[in-house]
Amino acid sequence: MEIALEKTNSSDIAKALVKARSAAGSPAMDMVLTLLVVTDDDNVSEALKTATTLSREHPSRVIGVILGDGRGTATLNAKVRVGESSSGESILLRISGELTQHAESVVLPLLLPDSPVVVWWPGKPPAVPSQDAIGQLARRRLTDAEATDSPIRSLKAVARSYSPGDTDLSWTRLTPWRALLAAALDQSPGTVTGGTVVAGSGNPAAALLVAWLESRLGISITTRRSDTPQIASVVLRTDDGDVLIERLDATSCHFSVPGSSPREVPLGARSLAELLAEDLRRLDADDIYQETIQHMLQESS
Amino acid sequence: MTENPLRDARDRRLPRIAGPCSLIMFGVTGDLAKKKLIPAVYDLANRGLLPPGFALVGFARQDFGTESFAKLIKQAAKDGARTPWSETVWKQLAAGIRFVPGEFDDDTAWETLADTMAELDELQGTGGNHAFYLSIPPGLFPVVVSQIKKHGLAESSRGWRRVVIEKPFGHDLASAEELNRIVADVFASESVFRIDHYLGKETVQNILAFRFANGMFEPIWNNHYVDHVQITMAEDIGIGSRAGYYDGIGAARDVIQNHLLQLMALIAMEEPVSFNASSLRLEKQKILANARPAARMDLHTAQAQYVAGWAGGEKVRGYLEEDGVPDGSRAETYAAIRVDVSTRRWAGVPFYLRTGKRLGRRVTEVAVIFKRAPHQPFSKNDIEELGQNALVMRIQPDEGVTLRFGAKVPGTTMEIRDVNMDFAYGGAFVESSPEAYERLILDVLLGDPPLFPQHEEVELAWKILDPVIEHWRKDTTIDTYPSGTWGPPSADAMMAHDGRTWRRP
Repeated sequence: MEIALEKTNSSDIAKALVKARSAAGSPAMDMVLTLLVVTDDDNVSEALKTATTLSREHPSRVIGVILGDGRGTATLNAKVRVGESSSGESILLRISGELTQHAESVVLPLLLPDSPVVVWWPGKPPAVPSQDAIGQLARRRLTDAEATDSPIRSLKAVARSYSPGDTDLSWTRLTPWRALLAAALDQSPGTVTGGTVVAGSGNPAAALLVAWLESRLGISITTRRSDTPQIASVVLRTDDGDVLIERLDATSCHFSVPGSSPREVPLGARSLAELLAEDLRRLDADDIYQETIQHMLQESS
Repeated sequence: MTENPLRDARDRRLPRIAGPCSLIMFGVTGDLAKKKLIPAVYDLANRGLLPPGFALVGFARQDFGTESFAKLIKQAAKDGARTPWSETVWKQLAAGIRFVPGEFDDDTAWETLADTMAELDELQGTGGNHAFYLSIPPGLFPVVVSQIKKHGLAESSRGWRRVVIEKPFGHDLASAEELNRIVADVFASESVFRIDHYLGKETVQNILAFRFANGMFEPIWNNHYVDHVQITMAEDIGIGSRAGYYDGIGAARDVIQNHLLQLMALIAMEEPVSFNASSLRLEKQKILANARPAARMDLHTAQAQYVAGWAGGEKVRGYLEEDGVPDGSRAETYAAIRVDVSTRRWAGVPFYLRTGKRLGRRVTEVAVIFKRAPHQPFSKNDIEELGQNALVMRIQPDEGVTLRFGAKVPGTTMEIRDVNMDFAYGGAFVESSPEAYERLILDVLLGDPPLFPQHEEVELAWKILDPVIEHWRKDTTIDTYPSGTWGPPSADAMMAHDGRTWRRP
């Protein structure tokens, strides 16, 4: 059921939610978190679709916030949706006028009681996510450097303003690579003396990968440019020989470690919903991410 | 071996991936392997939890080539997988699949197996790490285990060797001890993984977290507040094609001995000093050692067989008409017993355990039924519909917790009625719970000490059940119940004798 509200306020939106919920036949709430999606008109439909997919495995109240034109009178329009192939509920808020400076006053009464709040900026993040008016409401703040015009600069900016609870989705995108590298060193315990990462230029995940390897292994990593935008390959030189992981195509890579024959293993790209799902699995601060971005900032200064 | 510098306990994004190894399955063409084990292996691979270079070796009678065997595995994986199908994952898995045909007593087949293991160590890099999965009837354990020993497959200069065995662990105390002697002769006890596939590690951990991570349940978890406990495992299906196995075993030995008594131990045990496997086992053993069937077994046990009837809209046969069941068999398909636990916490609180085939629906649950409030300020009329408060841990399907308590019915009259408050794991967490087998296989490959029983617990459980079986043996006739109902009148009588009734799960 969908209810559209114009020139409204938070308590009317809350009433509409209850009404939509009883109309859907189940007044019980079984939601575990509030996901705030702060975006603009161009990206809102894609972002909400992703959030709703996520909500199918992870029932949540998704609140999309569109901050419109800051001039003119304060206006709040809303759309409330419950049921219809997703297990949570979603609210789309269009805020314009003076109210854009006080969006948190609209959101605060709509948060689920006592449950975690996660905010996701699918596009350009605020300068300091944890100081942002909406960011302050959340325990976890997800930015996406890759979705901005200058990913590396954007990643460094969020890294400089890091506060526990922040992570960037480029770190999440890196998990399969990190898992393979960790598995490779499980099998080949020789000391790592050096390494090379080949990746497209301006790839924030690659920058994090280099920083992670350097900070964990205490070595310096050589980087080389590749023609493709992704991470193309990683070589780690160990006492026993080279560990090599090289992307073959969109779904697999070549994996070789000293002491056993090389093989092909799956390495697929994950959808945005899958990435968010990984991030929602942990709602505490990611210490390893913090150490990695600190190392990255040190090296680049 | 030095620590892997890329791993960090705080880094919970990185999955724990098993080291290089192989899983050698005996009875790989059986139902269990096809429906559960192979899909679980595929799901693990798909979730990226198997090591690159994992190998799967099948040992069975059928005369397959490795290729047609791979086809069979592929079909089984495709049919049973929980996660989406991916050809890339399959290709990687298929590279490590081998098949060794042969009889279990045929020495040449075992030599082929030894060669295959050596070849995998070379080609797939399994590094001498091999787990044997005995998905075979217990009657075949001695021959398989002694062959493993004879051909020197249980030891190696490098890597580890482990063995997985499935319930039933014997059919009485003596046979369980014998089975343990055979297995212990070849494998050290920490290398033996006993699995009760009804009771996944996930479930065990859910119960432990619920009981010990929360402050509000433990204070009432004793005979001051608890009236009694009902532990139920009901199946809506009949015995199917398993007459050969089932007829000699019966419901009590099939389910109560392992599954229900394990659940009882988890519900009744004291808080372990830590959550490692040995402290847990210690606490469970204390409960099992102090649990006895009720003294009057004629009053406090029930056994029965299902007869033809309508179950869930289908006309079904009775037990005696099932294929392969001998005429006049008196194997029970329903069993209920009362167990008393003599500890300070549980004295006077009976545990009622029941299980059966062809019951109303498929459900496994533990219901802790609380005593009534000592005084009711409401009139008798007001609380006519109020039952006893209950806390139900639903184990399957739809794992979760239900709390049952009284609430006022809206309106001007005072009427109090029971209501349910529900929590479902599936509704509150991102990942659906992994299949019990996925967790188990991963634990075996990682070498995680199993939460599953070791032989002491198995033997203690037999000590509880053996006297009941002995008592039942004296009965010449057996009670019956129509398929699709909740059991025989004798089971209701057993509860009525204590002034209680079974909950309809």
